[in-house]
Amino acid sequence: MLLQVKDLDISYGDRLTVAGASLELDKGEIMSIVGESGSGKTTVIRAIMGCLPGAGRVSGGSIIFDGKDVLQNTPEQWRHMYGSEMSMIFQDSGNMINPIRRIGDQFIDYIQAHQPDKSKSQAYEMATAMLVNVRLPNPENIMNSYPFELSGGMRQRVGIAMAMIFSPKILLADEPTSALDVTTQAQIIRQIVDIRNEYKVAVIIVTHNIGVASYISNKIMVMQGGKVVEYGKREDVIGNPQHEYTKQLLRAVPIIGGKCYYA
Amino acid sequence: MPNQDSATKPAYERSKLVLEIKHLTKQFPVDDGRVLTACNDISLRAYEGKTLGIIGESGCGKSTLVRTLLRIQPATKGEALFEGHDILKSKGEQLRQDRKLIQMVFQDPTAAFNPKMLVKDILTEPLKNYGLIKKSEVDAKAVELLEMVELPASFKDRYPHSMSGGQRQRLGIARALALEPKIIVCDEATSALDVSVQEKVCELLCRLQKEKNITYLFIAHDLGLVDLMCHQVAVMYLGNVVEWLEYGRIAESCKHPYTRALMKAVFKVDFRPGEKIEPIEGEIPSPLDLPPGCPFASRCEHCTDNCLNNKPKLKEIEHGHWVACHLYD
Repeated sequence: MLLQVKDLDISYGDRLTVAGASLELDKGEIMSIVGESGSGKTTVIRAIMGCLPGAGRVSGGSIIFDGKDVLQNTPEQWRHMYGSEMSMIFQDSGNMINPIRRIGDQFIDYIQAHQPDKSKSQAYEMATAMLVNVRLPNPENIMNSYPFELSGGMRQRVGIAMAMIFSPKILLADEPTSALDVTTQAQIIRQIVDIRNEYKVAVIIVTHNIGVASYISNKIMVMQGGKVVEYGKREDVIGNPQHEYTKQLLRAVPIIGGKCYYA
Repeated sequence: MPNQDSATKPAYERSKLVLEIKHLTKQFPVDDGRVLTACNDISLRAYEGKTLGIIGESGCGKSTLVRTLLRIQPATKGEALFEGHDILKSKGEQLRQDRKLIQMVFQDPTAAFNPKMLVKDILTEPLKNYGLIKKSEVDAKAVELLEMVELPASFKDRYPHSMSGGQRQRLGIARALALEPKIIVCDEATSALDVSVQEKVCELLCRLQKEKNITYLFIAHDLGLVDLMCHQVAVMYLGNVVEWLEYGRIAESCKHPYTRALMKAVFKVDFRPGEKIEPIEGEIPSPLDLPPGCPFASRCEHCTDNCLNNKPKLKEIEHGHWVACHLYD
């Protein structure tokens, strides 16, 4: 088991935000966390990544990643894990990139920060190879662009390329397609599946799109108000939902050819 | 038998026309002397008490279209007939009266309100603007509007920041309803909401439509939602209407390769194992250098030489169904 989270409690100050979340993830598996905004889905993956904001802290339970209890990590140990063992992509990868520096410069900095023995040209080679790998044609162009010059879908691919450059064991994706069009969303989701198949990386996707979760996942976790209300294999959660909230969520998804609202 | 009627007759034979857009073109000048054509020769019709859905990817000109209709920006060419006159040419008091009858619900319910105004003031400000309300009536009217959108009356003394996203979007709808408009434009009105909240807001919109016989222009990029919400559907690509369906359901009758590709990119809940999504490759080309032929040619799997050189016109291929594609010449 690559990742084992048991009875995780997360508090902001004195307020318990997530209570008793448990999950297990194996190499090459994709898990989705679905739920409404404010249900604590992002908080869970931030806890796994050790980057809860502000007064957030893990107040109970354990997170075992690759045989190690990451809750005991020092900041220095975390820093070594980021990028090479765990990495994250965000809702809009354009926001995590410095807007006034070229993508190439930042990508090279990022590689050299983790592998100081790499020369600039070696890092450039690595970066362009990775950009091609995520289906970005003309990587030289991309390396020479500022983030605002790229479309949302392209920025998201750059984000995936940066996250995957050191082939981490787990990829955490926080609403990776929520800011995208349907067509681009489909492209990015397929890209994530391809990346999983190629690198055998475990993926946790936080999304509110149940269609996406149903398409991509091996496991699905449904959260409501800081609690896990349903967790299991994709087939079971989608095909035979037990909890009333899951059923309600599944019904609410607009389906082409479904029952009209105006009828 | 209204049901049978709607299944057999296109909208223009059975419903009252409210808004008729004729050959609307909107161009923006760009710094280097070129022009960006955001909306190219668009003709659409909206009917009383019906919803006209407009779908397309970002950058296809759907928001520009409604912004032009609302006179937020001037049109380059074309006309839009509403209540017997061309709203694109209204001036002064006439324009003010037009705006009263065409209201808008915005995408981002957080940014749509003044954070320093109380809910009751937000709701009644449109009425004050038109001199339709006395100070003493503000509370009663605010309560009435809140109840219309199923919010508790006590919300009238709150500020928008103390409400959830779904509640704020209801507030946006209530504000649009205040002036009893004929048309409400919903520009991605539910895109920022969770699915369960979206469902409730859509049900509310449909209930209000039946009660008040309002026409909606419903802009969205979620094909599933448009299919469930809209009576008429227009699909836009790069500033052009490529498919326009006035009756029936888009899922069954869509013909244009772009619409069909959009359908394949929608994530269904009940995927069968092994079933794959097939996203359209590539990105939407820049509207600055439009190809001479079909705008969709660069991404279309049926593309021929004819498509590259000649732009297909919107043709009625069956009763109430227009497609702009050389496959249906």
